[in-house]
Amino acid sequence: MSAVLSLRGVTKRFGGLVAVNAMDFDVAEHEVLGLIGPNGSGKSTTLNLISGALPVTSGAIALRGSPITQLPAQDIARRGIARTFQLVRLLPSMSVLENVMAGAVFGHRRRWGYEAEAVAQTMLEQVGLAGRGHMAVGQLTYIDTKRVELARVLAGEPRVVLLDEWLAGLNPTELEEGVALIRALRDEGRTIILVEHVMDAIRSLCDRCVVMASGTKIAEGTPAEVLADPEVIRAYLGDDDA
Amino acid sequence: MDIIVTGLLLGGTYALIAMGLNLQYGMARIMNLANGEMLVAGGFAAFWFWTAAQVSPLLTVFIVAPVAFAANWLIYIVFLRPLVKRARSRGQLEVDSILTTFGLSFVSVGLMLAVFGGDYFSYSYLSFPVHILGDSYGANRVAAFVSAVIICGALWLWLDRSRAGLTIRAIAVAPDSARLVGIDVGKMAALAFALGGAVTATGGALISTFLTLDASTGVMFTLKALIIVIMGGVGDIRGTIIAALALGLLETFVATLIDPGLTLAAAYLLFVVILLVRPQGLFGRRTT
Amino acid sequence: MRLSPTDWRNLTLSALALAFVACLPWLVGNYGLSIGVTIVMYTVLATSWALFSGPTHYISLATAAFFGVGTYVTGIGIEYLPYWTLLPLAGVIGAVLAALVGLATLRLSGVYFVIFTLGLAEFIRQVITWGQNVSGAKGIYVLTSITEAHIYWQLLGLAALVYLLGWAIGRSRLGFALRIIGDDEQVARHSGIHTARAKILLFLVPGSVAAITGAILAPRYVYIEPSLAFTPMLSFQVVIMALLGGTGRLWGPLVGVIPFTFLWEGISITVPNQTTLLLGVSFLVIVYLLPKGFVGLFGAIRRRMGSEGLV
Repeated sequence: MSAVLSLRGVTKRFGGLVAVNAMDFDVAEHEVLGLIGPNGSGKSTTLNLISGALPVTSGAIALRGSPITQLPAQDIARRGIARTFQLVRLLPSMSVLENVMAGAVFGHRRRWGYEAEAVAQTMLEQVGLAGRGHMAVGQLTYIDTKRVELARVLAGEPRVVLLDEWLAGLNPTELEEGVALIRALRDEGRTIILVEHVMDAIRSLCDRCVVMASGTKIAEGTPAEVLADPEVIRAYLGDDDA
Repeated sequence: MDIIVTGLLLGGTYALIAMGLNLQYGMARIMNLANGEMLVAGGFAAFWFWTAAQVSPLLTVFIVAPVAFAANWLIYIVFLRPLVKRARSRGQLEVDSILTTFGLSFVSVGLMLAVFGGDYFSYSYLSFPVHILGDSYGANRVAAFVSAVIICGALWLWLDRSRAGLTIRAIAVAPDSARLVGIDVGKMAALAFALGGAVTATGGALISTFLTLDASTGVMFTLKALIIVIMGGVGDIRGTIIAALALGLLETFVATLIDPGLTLAAAYLLFVVILLVRPQGLFGRRTT
Repeated sequence: MRLSPTDWRNLTLSALALAFVACLPWLVGNYGLSIGVTIVMYTVLATSWALFSGPTHYISLATAAFFGVGTYVTGIGIEYLPYWTLLPLAGVIGAVLAALVGLATLRLSGVYFVIFTLGLAEFIRQVITWGQNVSGAKGIYVLTSITEAHIYWQLLGLAALVYLLGWAIGRSRLGFALRIIGDDEQVARHSGIHTARAKILLFLVPGSVAAITGAILAPRYVYIEPSLAFTPMLSFQVVIMALLGGTGRLWGPLVGVIPFTFLWEGISITVPNQTTLLLGVSFLVIVYLLPKGFVGLFGAIRRRMGSEGLV
């Protein structure tokens, strides 16, 4: 197993609070890794450290062996790590197509002109928004805004995709569509880190899970293994302070 | 030695002005670029009371402060609250409030020019020398400094100990959480803004006893107050006082040893150095 | 870069319009020409200002600083260098100054940038005044054979350059990056845009253009002194004109420059002491009545008429 992305002793402190404590894990090529844990366990912070949204306090992150720990977000994006945001972030003054082109023009593969537009169109088709490129983002339904954001991320042709609670807030029908969409990405052989709360989705999508509690990794393995782990169950259901 | 004392005396008064701006920017989250005009208005009031009725500026302060409080409260309610309400982001509020307070600044300069004309205003009050450590200094400077120290001290105590002070500090640190614990953020922000204006106008009344003002000098003081606030750290009272004293010293050094025309240039250089080295202020913590 | 038929049509129309306004010196008298110079000067300054401040939302008050530096480049340089080298020289010096300002401030919040740029003109003015006091020299005489019409044509050429540059930036990756930054800086960074570099690059435009404008106008003043060259009013007027017109379109500032210039002229002649008041009221009008400028107003009217089936 060759690691595309690896974290070694990655730690983040906010003043006296240790939000992420010595995280170690690897993501292999074509793998879908679930990063799970109770609220406030440091999952999203970990994602923010990988994408460069927050600076790492100590430890090392490497993409295909080359360190990206201290790089600013834009350089990390260029090297091929793209992300969605927990609260969807679109570019309000631009059309759907232009939103997606932003990823194609400035992402890992930097395209321009007709080529960028073609990539953006393809990505829109892939997420199920074919023919809606001309729409203003204000006209979209909630799940469609999520689709646009995903298409923008994919348009840069990244090596690693980070999805921050991409399925949160969807109704049951939308959830089904959403899971199908991510499964299609998985079948394409993309490398994905998924921060997620929806257990069914984790079971059906993830090859492997890393479980966090209070900033620390408490378990790692297949979804079935970790969800049966007594420590994981305690972290989710157990002590009130969890 | 006399440079140090003169610098500290000047810095004390600067502290008061910058404290007013800091209340407005740090607590009410409005970068008030019309702050200097409030100072000049306070100075004009002191001038007018002195020349018309020989009322001591140290007493005029008790009229200037409540009037400025009311005026700034009104400005906040009429002009700034609508901006706070319509702002979709911190950045938009910032741009809007910069433009609005620039507008208010020019409007007040225009009005003061229309009412008082473009002349310089100065009067002589307590202009006899006082001896400190073997050198003599203007009594007006010393009186202004002592008053500034008293007011700064009172403000500090009030912010540090009283319930209202605690509330104001809470909205400075975390406006959203403050709302959750039942603080009326809108009302407290208006209060902090009004209080800041009152403090600045008081500073203006005091500074007019030893500096010459005219209708358009406000922006110079705004610039200096801003430099002090950024140097001391936004929302940080202790930092503001130390930064103000530092600026007072620097200006006096430059004015005495190089050229009085370079004081603002020196303050600006100091600001640039702070921006490059410690953009979070002298005592501020780096935020993420 | 391929041009569409619409692009060709717009280019042709712009060229015709330019040729027409270039005839102004033969059509109007001296007063008319001096108004023309003022309008073209502010068009150049406000358009280049809006190229940077429109997408980034940073309010630059450094126009007076760059402009003043430009006038001094001509004022001092004319003694030693041929005139035609002075304008590019001013442009380069303005760009270098802008790069320094940008490096120092554009990573920080907008408030710092405003204060920094507001202080810059005052800083340079005090330093030059001090230098003159030390050396004993006072102002500088700029005596040339350059006429008002020459100044007008040079400014017009600069305006054409600024429009071409703005148009080219709008079609470039940089322009696209800036639109993304204007919408959401965090998305921009995470999409792989070097936001600080893009902003600094763009800030070179108003810096260099304002310096060239100052260099062109120096002969008009004949006598240059710091308080004239670095007047802070200039920075504020440019901000107001650009915002009044609207920064969303390349031609937006022009729509603000023309009415404001006439208003300013009118007020200066009738009640000269109230120009400050006018500046203040203009700022308030922009914030409360015209937050998107005239351009935004036109857009809103067109949309409303469109939704009622009138267009």
